[in-house]
Amino acid sequence: MVAVPLIRAAGLVRVFGAQRVLDGVDLDVAAGEAVALLGANGAGKTTLLKIVATLLRPTRGTVTVAGHDCVRDAEAVRAVLGVVSHGAHLYEDLTARENLAFWARLRGLPADGATLTGVLADVDLERHADARVRTFSTGMRRRLALARLELASPRVLLLDEPFAGLDQRARKWLEGRLEAFKASGGALLMATHSFGRELGISDRLAVLAGGRVALDTPRAGLDPHDVQRLYAAHTEEIS
Amino acid sequence: MAWKDLVIERRSKETLNALLFFSLALLFVFQFALGPDRERLASVLPGLLWLGFILSGVLGLGRAFVVERENDCWELLLLAPGDKSAIYLGKLAGSLVLMAVVEALMLGLFVVFFNIDLGAALPGLALVIALGTVGIAAVGTLFAAMTAQVRARELLFPVLLLPVLVPVLLGTVKATEALLLQEPLAAVAHWLKLLVAADVVYLAVGLLTFDVILEG
Repeated sequence: MVAVPLIRAAGLVRVFGAQRVLDGVDLDVAAGEAVALLGANGAGKTTLLKIVATLLRPTRGTVTVAGHDCVRDAEAVRAVLGVVSHGAHLYEDLTARENLAFWARLRGLPADGATLTGVLADVDLERHADARVRTFSTGMRRRLALARLELASPRVLLLDEPFAGLDQRARKWLEGRLEAFKASGGALLMATHSFGRELGISDRLAVLAGGRVALDTPRAGLDPHDVQRLYAAHTEEIS
Repeated sequence: MAWKDLVIERRSKETLNALLFFSLALLFVFQFALGPDRERLASVLPGLLWLGFILSGVLGLGRAFVVERENDCWELLLLAPGDKSAIYLGKLAGSLVLMAVVEALMLGLFVVFFNIDLGAALPGLALVIALGTVGIAAVGTLFAAMTAQVRARELLFPVLLLPVLVPVLLGTVKATEALLLQEPLAAVAHWLKLLVAADVVYLAVGLLTFDVILEG
């Protein structure tokens, strides 16, 4: 029996006014697999992630997450999703601990003091637990947003530039967290502009160009130069 | 949700400060416009009181979802699995607390500025204010969510809200007028029934439609 992919996009089209941002995207992400989504600015990476995250409706085509349709059964999709997007989704006038506690309550997750302290320690924000997010640097905000992944147990992760703004220590933590997530059978779809170390976590590369997946290839054996060459060959962007 | 909104408001004081200054300015204008004529004052006072409550309510409720937009947290609410009406109730509770604080202060200032003796009318007046505030907040929270993501929200929000609030305005002003004339609560029972009915309808509509409005 062939396992159904945790993420399946088929014939996905999304039109904004006269602009056809996605024009027939087909993409599968299996359990235990990480796919890096590459593409120029405006190629539709964030649009694709938003459709999978149930935040946007496709103009045509279907997307399923863990077998649930993203339009007809959005609530079931949201229950298995973890999303870290461009915006950190943090309240500036709440502390780091309060932000985590509010998010946990919103999702119906247990969030006792010890758990929150442990999660904040994981992302090296323990000392800043009771400081308002308003005082945080971009990297600290990013780490706090990612700390939510420690509280929930999603089956599918959608990440938009997850390594942006992180220092070396935080990158290492995130790589370890994502490897563990894959090993537990989760599916990861990650939009990125980077060709470097960030791609190390991914098993496949999908390049979006012209509204479609122009290239879908295994990452194993490709070094950053190979990735750059392939990317340039499949996009109009000069690398 | 209510806890989060109130903690943010306590720290930022953005809405509360604006509403307090607005209320004070409004009272000064009323005081200068009306002068010391007691008879004239008695006839317009219920309307003025509710004008103050409504205007401060519109200002406060209009900001109910601004905190989500400014902090880029709209998607955070959307992605929360489960019944979105809990978010509506949380927002409503936060708005009610804020409005109650402003209304209590405004009522106190009205008593001082216009030298009013509330006396025995106070319990009945408190009931009318509570019923009116629930109605304003119930429909205001819903419309604030509806207009939070549109460009002309500051204009659109009161334009949508005020016509819908006509039953609440009618009931509260008439009941307040009677109570300030020292009439018993039983004499305004029909207005109270109207307010209760309006509150039930607004709350039911809010709970049933908030999900659709949040999803856009």
